[in-house]
Amino acid sequence: MKSPASESPPAAVPAPDLPASHPPNQPGLLELFVAFAKMSLAGFGGVLVWARRGIVDQHRWMTAEEFNETFALCHFLPGPNIVNLSVVFGSRFRGVAGGIAAFAGLVGPPMVIATILAALYARYGEIDALRRILAGVSCAAVGLLMAVVFKMMMPLIKKRDLVGLVILLAVFIAIGVLRLPLQTVLLVAVPLSLGITYFLRQRVAA
Amino acid sequence: MNSDGNPISTLVWTFGLMSLFAVGGANSAIPEMHRIAVDVHHWMNDKQFADIFAISQLSPGPNVLIVTLIGYSVAGVAGALAATLAMCGPTAVLAYYVSRLLQRSSQSRWPAIIQAALVPLSIGLMGASGLILALTSDLSWVAGLITAAAAVLAFATRLNPVWILLAGGALGFAGVI
Repeated sequence: MKSPASESPPAAVPAPDLPASHPPNQPGLLELFVAFAKMSLAGFGGVLVWARRGIVDQHRWMTAEEFNETFALCHFLPGPNIVNLSVVFGSRFRGVAGGIAAFAGLVGPPMVIATILAALYARYGEIDALRRILAGVSCAAVGLLMAVVFKMMMPLIKKRDLVGLVILLAVFIAIGVLRLPLQTVLLVAVPLSLGITYFLRQRVAA
Repeated sequence: MNSDGNPISTLVWTFGLMSLFAVGGANSAIPEMHRIAVDVHHWMNDKQFADIFAISQLSPGPNVLIVTLIGYSVAGVAGALAATLAMCGPTAVLAYYVSRLLQRSSQSRWPAIIQAALVPLSIGLMGASGLILALTSDLSWVAGLITAAAAVLAFATRLNPVWILLAGGALGFAGVI
């Protein structure tokens, strides 16, 4: 997105190599990195809530509507949604460098923490107390995941979206019970689901 | 598969490909991660996979960092870095180009259709993740009860999830499981 030329100086934007064409609410590279690092480190069990808080409420870099649109885009693309969001968001303000800065902020610091935890686990993972704690945490973590699944199912149930629920169940059985490879299942399920959705919408529109 | 080859290139290839198939985010890809790490390459057993999932939920940051932990257990720090970049890179590049494309034609109705079509798939995948993880970690009825209680609490209240995880850890430490 090309930002409109503005007379105001780029206050608090530490990017002296750029012309003074960014209004104050356009984040610089360092700002992008720091903001995404903060959101990421605050985000236990999901970064999305903190990303919304940081981008919309705190920094006012996007309106709530712009944020929802950007997130919807990142949600239908494959891969980790919030990682996609950081790249799309950063590049919208500062091009490729902005995308990399936001991505590095989001993934870098927590990756260091995860690596340290992995090293500790490799070294001390067999200690009995730690084994018991991790067993308890993983039970709770599975419960959290199930709660997310139920929350996401609610709109489908409320809409009585029978087709959606059948596709959901078919994928659940293929992957969870039959343990088929992901690629195989998706190569069948994605075109099928797209075709059905498109066909149904055509009929509604007609 | 080529589990006797260079572990780093196996990680990059595995997660780079998975990145482009992970519809609905990292939690939807857990069954595939489990299948590859436990069944195909024998990088770890069921119990270790459940532990790694627990650690990834306990540590801050995006859920995708479970691949950092898998990468570390395969090939140390280099493996952690390789797995993380491979899982995030391809889809990040794709997201960059698609978002630029859509900015030019933002009135297209295809994004809405694609999203509507993919939502049931990603929920089904996450449900499968829940089932596979439950089978690996809920080995007793008390463990199953803790999972059920955590699910109900997270569904019905706005409690910060980290407290639910810590409560589970405390119960585990107390030896009830």
